[in-house]
Amino acid sequence: MARVIVVTSGKGGVGKTTSTAALGAALAQAGQNVVVVDFDVGLRNLDLVMGAERRVVFDLINVVHGDAKLPQALIRDKRVETLHLLPASQTRDKDALRPEGVARVIGELRDRFDWVICDSPAGIERGATLAMYHADAAVVVTNPEVSSVRDSDRIIGLLDAKTQRAERGETIEKHLLLTRYDPVRAARGEMLKTEDVLEILSIPLLGIIPDSQEVLRASNLGIPVTLANASSSPARAYFEAAKRLKGETLPVTVPVERNASFIGRLFGRRAVA
Amino acid sequence: MADWLGELDAQLQRSPDFFASRPIVVDLSASGLRGPGIRALFQALYERGIRVVGMEGVEMTALGTGLADLPPILGGGRPAGGVELPGAGGQAAPAEAPEPAQAAPPEPQPAPVPAGEANSLLLDQSVRSGQSVHFPRGDVTVLGAVASGAEIVAGGSIHVYGALRGRAIAGLTGDARARIFCQRLDAELLAIDGAYTTADDMDPALRGRPVQAWRQGEAIAMAALD
Repeated sequence: MARVIVVTSGKGGVGKTTSTAALGAALAQAGQNVVVVDFDVGLRNLDLVMGAERRVVFDLINVVHGDAKLPQALIRDKRVETLHLLPASQTRDKDALRPEGVARVIGELRDRFDWVICDSPAGIERGATLAMYHADAAVVVTNPEVSSVRDSDRIIGLLDAKTQRAERGETIEKHLLLTRYDPVRAARGEMLKTEDVLEILSIPLLGIIPDSQEVLRASNLGIPVTLANASSSPARAYFEAAKRLKGETLPVTVPVERNASFIGRLFGRRAVA
Repeated sequence: MADWLGELDAQLQRSPDFFASRPIVVDLSASGLRGPGIRALFQALYERGIRVVGMEGVEMTALGTGLADLPPILGGGRPAGGVELPGAGGQAAPAEAPEPAQAAPPEPQPAPVPAGEANSLLLDQSVRSGQSVHFPRGDVTVLGAVASGAEIVAGGSIHVYGALRGRAIAGLTGDARARIFCQRLDAELLAIDGAYTTADDMDPALRGRPVQAWRQGEAIAMAALD
């Protein structure tokens, strides 16, 4: 039975698209059939992060409106064959999404794949609520800073109100993915600590993704970070998070950068500028 | 409109005391009336001795100018089921004894509070940011935290068994004795029957502690509970 996951946050720019691509690639590398769906109509980014921007012919809006069939719009990843992308439109906007059309598309995707990961746009309006409507579980991406935490809290409230599961009286699983975590700054009190975020949001922790230059490097190359550099600290954190999504219980730790060189091992801690 | 008033007059003839001392909220959602029509309706009701304390089902924009003489728009009424109207043959006694006019909660029209309806609200989950809890009938108790950006508005007191990070507005319907209790004060705003205090004006020594707040004259007084 397919699982539909929405990656959402409320706040913009916290790492939803990066996390969608990374988790999708991690699950696909483990042998699962995965499709990542970009719901950010008009401001699409998932195709860039996946490196598929030059192969987009048809998109989610075309399929929702019936102008194209789903197989015509799906783009298979060149590196991992069980990973597919359904891109969004860049020329339309979120008003072009139709609830009945989205329901039909999600239904078709459920039949074909093990995991349907929906990359939600920022905000709490139509795009975000349509992205979350059909979800079985949600990954709430949060940076350890106050505006992101408050916006995530708002989104959690909406998950409990505006999803199909909520309307049926069922619970929707919610997982916290803490991104851009910098343990040094957290210790100095410049960033919220994990416990503070958990105390405010009160949802189980899926993983902590450390702040890293690898993320930007990978997204500029158009490769999900778990494929670009699988041994980097964010990639390792995403692999663990993907395992937890599948139901495995792993203790949550913050992976640190591994420096292979001898000098690196002597001066192991990253120098603080 | 004339037909409706005719039916109303017939009902008043059958049971002249039916509306006596009952505060009435008029639901205009099905009427399609605008400013002048609404005024005419209320004038007609007044002439028949019906006391209108509020209205619902109408937008402010439909009322036009000169709103000062109209009763307030109330919200949040729940349907309480129909009220037994005495039949044509029956005399005075209405379905239930007329309720004394309460300063408090707006009621869907016209209905006395049915027996057994709760006058306190218990929430056994945290209140998330952006959520707004309105309970004019009485106290609200939250078993959890009230997030920043959330608000609790109660006719009575507010009890938060957790951190209060949002807004708490108590004594909404005029109860100056209402109090606000929380296990951890981080509130953005506290208000009791119209008097309020914001986070800036609260004593910093009380932040993060269990606190109760009550109204002292025109101001809000606060004291730690530990």
